[in-house]
Amino acid sequence: MDKRPSLLELRTTIPAHWYWGAGMSLIALFLLSWVILSGLGLVSRIFLPSPLAVGQELIRQIESGILWQDALASLYRITLGWLFSTLLALPIGILMGNFHFFEGLFEPFIDLVRYMPAVAFIPLTILWLGIGDTQKFAILFIGTFFQEVLMIADNVKTVPREWIQVSYTFGLNKWEVLRKVILPAALPGIWDTFRITLGWAWTYLVVAELVAANVGLGYRIMRAQRFLETETILLGILIIGFMGLVTDYLFKLTYKRFFGWAIQSR
Amino acid sequence: MNASIPKLEFEHVWKRFSLARGRELIAVQDVSLFVQANEFVSLLGPSGCGKSTLLMMSAGLETVSEGVIRVNGRPIHGPGRERGVVFQSYTLFPWLNVAENVRFALLKSKLERAEQDQQVELYLQRVGLREFAQAMPNQLSGGMRQRVAIARALAAQPEILLMDEPFGALDAQTRLLMQDLLLQVWQQEQTTVLFVTHDVEEAILLSDRIYVMSARPGRIKAEIPVDLPRPRSLLETEALPRFAELRQQILALLRAEVQL
Ligand SMILES: Nc1ncnc2c1ncn2[C@@H]1O[C@H](COP(=O)(O)OP(=O)(O)OP(=O)(O)O)[C@@H](O)[C@H]1O
Ligand SMILES: [Mg+2]
Repeated sequence: MDKRPSLLELRTTIPAHWYWGAGMSLIALFLLSWVILSGLGLVSRIFLPSPLAVGQELIRQIESGILWQDALASLYRITLGWLFSTLLALPIGILMGNFHFFEGLFEPFIDLVRYMPAVAFIPLTILWLGIGDTQKFAILFIGTFFQEVLMIADNVKTVPREWIQVSYTFGLNKWEVLRKVILPAALPGIWDTFRITLGWAWTYLVVAELVAANVGLGYRIMRAQRFLETETILLGILIIGFMGLVTDYLFKLTYKRFFGWAIQSR
Repeated sequence: MNASIPKLEFEHVWKRFSLARGRELIAVQDVSLFVQANEFVSLLGPSGCGKSTLLMMSAGLETVSEGVIRVNGRPIHGPGRERGVVFQSYTLFPWLNVAENVRFALLKSKLERAEQDQQVELYLQRVGLREFAQAMPNQLSGGMRQRVAIARALAAQPEILLMDEPFGALDAQTRLLMQDLLLQVWQQEQTTVLFVTHDVEEAILLSDRIYVMSARPGRIKAEIPVDLPRPRSLLETEALPRFAELRQQILALLRAEVQL
């Protein structure tokens, strides 16, 4: 058959140049409409500064060192806050996914807390911890930990029962089964959970910095709003988006490298 | 070894599952059966008659509600290395290659590393997959995966091989090839097999004896000795008149079952 393959087949991969080309075109279209909207003067510069103005602001921030200062502060907070949450969520999630007892122990409490909006804890955490890094860690933790635990527990539970059973017939005890079968089998899913929760962590971090901080990407945005420096706001948003994108891609790349087997068997 | 003690024996075994609202399902009712050393025995019955439950209980992976299961005359408590299982679903670990999957069976064996390598190679050869030792499971067809699963179960050198519809997910062609392969391997290995199936021809071709089960609640309805000569092969054995007779006899039993 020399029929040209269609680009729209259910669950069928398409040539890479089409795949990437489509994605890049959409971004280009988005940028183009921004250039046109601001360039034609259809929208006041206070509301929508031109890409050029945002670019100039970027250079200014790089030269004055503000950008590094803000980005480092935010990165530091998100890394530690997310690590705290993850280091605790990992063992508890694994226990919950494997042992009915621990599921019974933790789930009611986690279900209770996880519907309390993390953002609403901001005033309280400021009261308790001030506006420093510790308060940011707390908000990140409240925002990610409870969902992350449940997701990790679910990742563990997707390991087929037969894989566990067959390992028992080879004489492994339950700890060996956990180490040799359940963890390797659940790891790709857990890795994806890491990627997703880190995305949420960015949102919570920025919200926390918007409310109260004296350094950080969110703080820069809040301050700019006070002085109607719209280009600074836009730049801040773009940079946060870009950093989120980079972390997301890092996780995707490492996933491909470590868990190639999981991609093919999906 | 005492010939009068069966390799595997069920004595008045019951299995009840508790359902919602305090109701109870009797999956296995008062089953007594035995498998002698080196015997190939099949459990044959309609879907839902409790075949898998029986097999899982003999593997020690499911508890017994009442009665006793003995291996070599001793009651079993949980799974053990002397009983290997091949499941209907694919149970290879996708992050390990074929050879590593087979070697997984030897994690708790006392063999030296070099001996383990030999063992892995031997059993991959038995199932005709030596060239695929380095392949990953998701590169294999369904039939090849089940062959690796069989090699893995055999590599642990169990005294009894428990097989739960191992070819159930395969297409008809592959299934026939796999039955021939299993016959060969079993004749080479001289091991004891308890084989679950709902395929009448498959049961006759492979077995020394067949337990025909009835559904709801699962009971043993009949025990049919298969008096066909060995070694068997698909083409020759199925052409025997006695094969057709046995088939008629068993189908009649199963048909009566469905009408009830
Ligand atoms: N964990 C369980 N809880 C409740 N009922 C169960 C459970 N496992 C099996 N059953 C029930 O026990 C009966 C026997 O199930 P089993 O899986 O042993 O049948 P089977 O003969 O292997 O069927 P199939 O040929 O479809 O595999 C069925 O009615 C099933 O619904
Ligand atoms: Mg079954």
